[in-house]
Amino acid sequence: MIDIISLGIVPCLVLIILVHGYIKKINIYDAFTEGAVEGLKIAIKILPYTIAIFIAIGIFRASNALDMFIDLLNPITQLLGIPKEVLPLILIRPISGSGALGVVRDTISHYGPDSFPGVVASVLMGSSETIFYTMALYFGSIGVKDHGYTLKASLLSYVISIFITIFICGIFYK
Amino acid sequence: MINTIWFLMIFIGIIYAALSGNLGEINNIIIKEAGEGVTFVLGLIGIMSFWMGIMNIAEKSGLINTISKGFRPLIRLLFPDIPRKHPAERWILMNFIANMFGLGNGATAFGLKAMKELDSLNTNKRKASKAMAMFLIINMSSLQIIPLTVIKIRYDYGSINPTGIIGITLLATSLSTLTAAIIGKIFERGS
Repeated sequence: MIDIISLGIVPCLVLIILVHGYIKKINIYDAFTEGAVEGLKIAIKILPYTIAIFIAIGIFRASNALDMFIDLLNPITQLLGIPKEVLPLILIRPISGSGALGVVRDTISHYGPDSFPGVVASVLMGSSETIFYTMALYFGSIGVKDHGYTLKASLLSYVISIFITIFICGIFYK
Repeated sequence: MINTIWFLMIFIGIIYAALSGNLGEINNIIIKEAGEGVTFVLGLIGIMSFWMGIMNIAEKSGLINTISKGFRPLIRLLFPDIPRKHPAERWILMNFIANMFGLGNGATAFGLKAMKELDSLNTNKRKASKAMAMFLIINMSSLQIIPLTVIKIRYDYGSINPTGIIGITLLATSLSTLTAAIIGKIFERGS
């Protein structure tokens, strides 16, 4: 079922849009090429921001400084009722999407997909987003330098959503 | 703030690597990640151009406008500063919908387009507008309905019920998005 949905979603969407455009007598070929030019423009604009973020994340991860932070934070998070098994995921999730997916894989392979840490990791991965990268990219694309309260608000909302996620998993996990 | 975080990640990374005798790795990482950044953007050009092209058709045929009509009250509530029927409204909505269905690169393409439209409404070009902040806060709270990648991993590691997390994730995602919208509004008032 899931396979069918994931395989079908893009082709169906493309088909609907093309058929609708054709019926409405739009020159769909011209409209496509006209729109597609923008992809290139945007890509060139985001390149410096992508490199800046990739290098910072790469250095931070390769140095194993993350492990130090986990050891440092562990006593505090234990008090707050956060299972220590998901702490690596909580720390890496806002920074790197692929990194977080790797941590989810580790957590699931180590504790099992149906264990409490496995379930929390699965749900947390699906209910949060790569904050730093998204923000750098989106603001970078239009050259906005002063991000205002965006990051503060996002991180605060992320922290609250972690507690909500752990709480919900606690209710449903028996 | 991102300035400080960017600095700290590199600073702590290099110092920590130096202390643990891991400095050689840093050299490799800089070369590798700089290249990865380029590869990533190159890979993005094709698929982003594709979605921009397809969505330009949907825009011209009026399909996007039809879809966005139903969601207009919600957009008005979250983004009162965007003038009625401004293109920013439609691109924000397309970004949200693409995110819900997990179309990562498509969502990015629409999101960047939405930012461009929001930029045209912004009076101070250097500073994020309220609408931009709200858009990103909600976008970064995760909107995806079905986390396909996670389900795949659970399946690969022999879960007795790989899709069992869909309901919980949907609830968690909805609550995290609601939290984000409320927090965004609180910060908006305070600014």
